[in-house]
Amino acid sequence: MLSRRAFLTRAGAVGCSLAASPFVTTASFAALPTDNRLVVIILRGGMDGLDVLRPWGDAAFAQVRPGLAAERDHALDLDSFYGVHPRMAPLLPLWRAGELAFIQAVSTPYRNKRSHFDGQDILEAGTPGLEGGPERSGWLNRMLGGMPGVDARTAYTIGIDPMLLASGPFPINSWSPDVDVVLSAQGLSLLRVLYEADPAYGSALEQAVALAGQDGDQAIFETAGAPMMDAMQSNMDMGGATGGMRHVRIAEFAAQQLAKDARVACFSLGGWDTHRGQLSALNAPVKRLADALVTLKAGLDDAAWGRTTVLAMTEFGRTVRENGTKGTDHGTGGTMVLAGGALRGGRVLGHWPGLNEADLFQRRDLMPTGDVRHWAAWAIRSSFGLERGFLEDTVFPGVEMGNDPGLLS
Amino acid sequence: MFDPIMAETRFGCGLSALVAAPSSVEQMLVGLKGQDRAAQAFPIPSFEDLSAEGLAYAELLKELRRTRKAGGDGREIDRELRLMFRERIRLQIEWTWQALLRCTWSEDGFRERLAEFWFDHFSATGKNREFKKLVFPYMETAIRPHLSGRMEDLLTAVVTHPMMLHFLDQSASVGPNSAFAKKRSEKKVLRGLNENLAREVLELHTLGVEGPYTQEDVRQLAELLTGLVATRSRRTEFRNARSEPGAETVLGRSYGGDAGSINDIHAVLRDLARHPSTAAHLSWKLARHFVSDTPDPGLVKAMTDTYLETDGALAAVYETMLRHEASWRDSGAQGNAKRPFTFVASSMRALGVRAERTREIAPGRARQIVLTPMSLMGQPRETPPGPQGWPEEDTHWVTPQGVAARLQWAMSAPSLLSDPLPDPREFVVQALGPRAPAEVVFAAKAAEDRRIGTALVLMSPAFQRH
Repeated sequence: MLSRRAFLTRAGAVGCSLAASPFVTTASFAALPTDNRLVVIILRGGMDGLDVLRPWGDAAFAQVRPGLAAERDHALDLDSFYGVHPRMAPLLPLWRAGELAFIQAVSTPYRNKRSHFDGQDILEAGTPGLEGGPERSGWLNRMLGGMPGVDARTAYTIGIDPMLLASGPFPINSWSPDVDVVLSAQGLSLLRVLYEADPAYGSALEQAVALAGQDGDQAIFETAGAPMMDAMQSNMDMGGATGGMRHVRIAEFAAQQLAKDARVACFSLGGWDTHRGQLSALNAPVKRLADALVTLKAGLDDAAWGRTTVLAMTEFGRTVRENGTKGTDHGTGGTMVLAGGALRGGRVLGHWPGLNEADLFQRRDLMPTGDVRHWAAWAIRSSFGLERGFLEDTVFPGVEMGNDPGLLS
Repeated sequence: MFDPIMAETRFGCGLSALVAAPSSVEQMLVGLKGQDRAAQAFPIPSFEDLSAEGLAYAELLKELRRTRKAGGDGREIDRELRLMFRERIRLQIEWTWQALLRCTWSEDGFRERLAEFWFDHFSATGKNREFKKLVFPYMETAIRPHLSGRMEDLLTAVVTHPMMLHFLDQSASVGPNSAFAKKRSEKKVLRGLNENLAREVLELHTLGVEGPYTQEDVRQLAELLTGLVATRSRRTEFRNARSEPGAETVLGRSYGGDAGSINDIHAVLRDLARHPSTAAHLSWKLARHFVSDTPDPGLVKAMTDTYLETDGALAAVYETMLRHEASWRDSGAQGNAKRPFTFVASSMRALGVRAERTREIAPGRARQIVLTPMSLMGQPRETPPGPQGWPEEDTHWVTPQGVAARLQWAMSAPSLLSDPLPDPREFVVQALGPRAPAEVVFAAKAAEDRRIGTALVLMSPAFQRH
């Protein structure tokens, strides 16, 4: 088996070579390939789908979750069967506008070992298992490789988490809005000479310079004079001051790029591993997800948001029953969260398997009745029109797409 | 084979103009087995000392609640609590400085690198305010004394440590058929098994994710671990009432009987530490960390053999690594990129930053100079991404974001840490040694000023990579 870590090493060597970097030469760009936009959010740690999307209508729910979901709040109802976590409340207007949807009881093909790291690898690789050889890459990267007319402006991976999802031969921009490059023009040219022999550093520097110039403030100064010193000082004073809102800045940056030439963005949100005290422990990650979705919508005009689909997915769901410590352990079937103006939302999709012991996977987890890759494949096909064969063979090997679920409006 | 410059750049904390490099593998090993001089020079308190202080804080907090409930305003107590809290934030920064100063001045840089390696392997962090402050003391007490001892002692010290019991939820795990669970179920307060620690011991700490274990082994080990708790005073205790009755079978071997015991836990940890999969997993991980993201298979094999022959005597495994020809190959742009902590530490070593200078910097400023930059480089101190620690591969660190943050630091921090800045033409030799690449020597000379010259040396591939 090739691990995530081994994979990323090789992918980096291939994917980020200096020659492949679009920033080295001033390429002239053709027209944009599409107006549609896709955002993928990886929810790391195993989101408890049953707490985010609460199946109140199932009589067994209150029994398996006596401490976690004992009281139904009708203000949080989606319909007669489902309600949402209290921190999802800011998203209810999106639900009513048909811009929010859920898919329940889905999983990757990963079974039994319930490791975060393997689970995330499979989720991001989009493959049936961990096998895959040195050519292993992320499904988002393979998708871009098969889209006609895309170029280096098209896709961004944002934030400091490693994203296997975006790794592979297609060059994807990677940036976190917390840093800046402040240097004199002469210093930069000397540094470029140093990096001629080290393509990994060279490519990272060129992308950093290009990206630093895009988030508003000046980066490269003619000389090492006072303006450069001031910029350096302000960077240092600012860094970390808004650290707790990092997810908001990530979503803002994503929206900025999607409003311009970018059509694909991905980032991750962590903190979902709620083994104990879930009643309070789940508040922060759910709030961050809601914040991120609201921020994306706010950062795009109606036309752009109307062509945007957001897929939020996690490596696995959690145990159906609460554990002995008022939390939940690693499980199998989970929930996808979808948002965006392109969506035909206001629906909970997927097939509900039930919560009785006999309905569960290994008598402990929500039975997966659908494959996250199936839904992601349809989101891609509906957004970008990629061929079904390409999606089933290359992007998500082994997936059978079946009938069009009509995700987008 | 052995080379004093590589001994410092690859296995140590980088070159120093003021501290001599080791002259042989023997000297490196003797240093490792000798006194921990860096820890004596730059002490960090033990876990026990600090948790007593944490307890005082908790007691005071309780007293404040009692006072307010009784109608008092508790202003005095509140003031004292604030002072204690502020003092602890100051200590966080002080300990970060201590860790960096150990690297800056150590005659035994390999020990500091090993401390980082094993802290990363046994990543743990606090999930509440009390434990958050105890990460450095945990490293100091559970890990540092065992760096060159036997794996089973290191493993046992870590897995039974209050910090790990807290971090991986062991303190809350209760045998489903234990006396404790039965008593609770009568009162309808359910407490049960939590598999978190058991899973990570098998997957991360010992066998590795490809190791020969099943979900049933995880469950059985979790049952075997029941009884182990961190007490309110942050000490480890074995509580028989919480222990799952009966024997458990882990990897085909049976442990314990009707009465649970800490000895059964020690026994399973010893067996896991000596397991062939553990030997291979840890040897690979060490070789990968110190030598290359894609280590020579012969090197890994030799280390694994030593590990198995010695039942996990870590010093012997290190010796095999240090005596292997593949460990000393010059890998140029293929060498491992330094992690942010080691980049900052080795920069301070190259600059010869004095301890007194760090003490003059106010805590808020120190945060801007050291803690925030390390977060932006992708490695916030004391907050690993999870129990698996930081990714090893360079592609995690050599990113636009990571390189920009390193450059930002290299441009701004050295002048605050070292006044005056060195002449870049001399600094390039201090930092990279007499074999400094010609293009870096040129860049140092051609830079507009000392600040940029120093930054270019620190950002050069020769300095960035081990």
